[in-house]
Amino acid sequence: MSLYRDTAVVLRTHKLGEADRVVVLMGRATGKLRAVAKGVRRTGSKFGSRLEPGSHVQVQLHEGRGELDIVTQAESVEPFPRTREDLSRLSRAAALLEAVDQVAQDREPAPRLFDMLVGGLRTVEERNPPLVAAAFYLKLLSVEGVAPEFDRCVGCGDEDGPFALLLERGGVHCRACGSGRPVTDEALAVSRAVLGGGLNAALALPEGTVTHEVEALATTALEGHLERRLRAVRVLHD
Amino acid sequence: MGSAYATAVQDLIDALGRLPGIGPKSAQRIAFHLLKADPEESRRLATAITEAKERVGFCERCFNLSEGPLCTVCSDDRRDAHVVCVVEEPRDVVAIERTREFKGRYHVLQGAIDHLQGVGPEQLRIRELLARIGEEQVAEVIICTNPNLEGEATALYLTKVLDMPGLTVSRIASGLPVGGDLEYADELTLGRALEGRRVVGGAGAGDPAAG
Ligand SMILES: [Zn+2]
Ligand SMILES: [Zn+2]
Repeated sequence: MSLYRDTAVVLRTHKLGEADRVVVLMGRATGKLRAVAKGVRRTGSKFGSRLEPGSHVQVQLHEGRGELDIVTQAESVEPFPRTREDLSRLSRAAALLEAVDQVAQDREPAPRLFDMLVGGLRTVEERNPPLVAAAFYLKLLSVEGVAPEFDRCVGCGDEDGPFALLLERGGVHCRACGSGRPVTDEALAVSRAVLGGGLNAALALPEGTVTHEVEALATTALEGHLERRLRAVRVLHD
Repeated sequence: MGSAYATAVQDLIDALGRLPGIGPKSAQRIAFHLLKADPEESRRLATAITEAKERVGFCERCFNLSEGPLCTVCSDDRRDAHVVCVVEEPRDVVAIERTREFKGRYHVLQGAIDHLQGVGPEQLRIRELLARIGEEQVAEVIICTNPNLEGEATALYLTKVLDMPGLTVSRIASGLPVGGDLEYADELTLGRALEGRRVVGGAGAGDPAAG
C-alpha cells in the first residue's frame, strides 16, 4: 500500500454508494485523477466541505487496487468563502472548473494549467470580473496552442479588416475571403488584449454588451476545440 | 467484455447495477441472492416495485411522493399553509418529518442547481413554488436545501427570486454536527457555526446573537 500527497483543486464530484463520493481532482504534480472520499456525504464526515468542487486542498491519497485511489486526508490550502456565498461567483468558478476538467488529461502532470486554475479561482474570489471565464477560456486555448487568430484574416493574412468571425476556421475572416458571423471591433480588441498583454485591462471591464459578446465568442471557440458543449456558462445566464 | 452468464442473468445484473448506490459487485450479489431464493420472494419484490410504480406519483401541490393527487402532508388540514419548507428531494421531507419540529407544508424542487451537470433553475420546480406563494398566501419560506455546493447555489438563487414584500425567507442554520469533535470541523463549517452562534449568558441572554 502506498501513500502520496499532492496539492489539488476539486474539479467535480459524484455520488458513490450510500455515503461516498468520487472526487475528480486536478493535482498539481499528478494531473487529473479520480479518487474515492469515503463517508464524505455524512454530516459528521472528517472531510466536511473540503472536498467540494472548487476547493483548493492538500490531499493525501492511498493508491487503490483498481482505477480509483482513496482520499485519506484533506486539508484546506486556501478557502474561497465569498465564492460559496455568491451565485455569480459560483457560476464563474464552475465555468473554470469545467473547462479544466475538459482540457486536462488523466494523470498527465500539467502544473501550468493547475496554477492558471488556482489564479482564476482567486480572481473570482477577490474581484469576480465579468470577463474572468471568457479570458480563462481564451488563455486555455492559447496554452493548448490553438488560440484563435484575431489579428489577421485566416484566409489571406489581411490585417485591416473589417472582419467576421469564423472560429471553425480558427479566427477571423476578411470580407474578400468570405462570410462569417458578425463581430464588433470592441469585442475583437478585448479578445486581442486578453491574448496579448492586456489581461488586467480586460478584466477591469464592467459587465455589458462587449463582455457578453466576448464571453459568447470565447465559449464558441473553446467548444469548437473540445467538440463538446460547455454546461456551466449556460446555467443561470441572464 | 463478454458475459460469462446466461442473457437473463446478465440482464438482471445490468438492471440492478443501474440502481443508485449499487455497484457491479453488489448487483451480482443481489442477482444471485434472488436466483437462489424462494420464487415467492422475488415475486413479492416484483409486485412491490410494479405496484409502487403504478400507485405512487407526485403531489400536485408540493411534488412530494404521493399515492393520490395530494400527498399526506398536503391533505392534512392541521398543517400550517402559511409556512413552506423547500427541499431538494422527497427523502428530505422524510428526514424533516422525523424531527417533528415542522408543522407547515413542503415544496420539493426535485433536484438542485448544478452548474457542472448543466442543471439550471428552469429544470427544477421553482416556477411552481413562486405560484404557490400567492395562491396559498404563504408568509414564510424556509430553505432547506443540502449544505453542499449545489444546495447552496440553489438557496442563493431562491433567496434572489423570493425577495418579495411581506414574505419572510429563512435558511436552515449550518453548523457543527452533534456528536463530532470541534478539531475535526472544516473551516467553512466552523466559520458558519461561529456566525450563527447564540448568546447563552450575560446581558444578551435569550436573544439570538446574529441577525
Ligand atoms: Zn482574407
Ligand atoms: Zn404535497
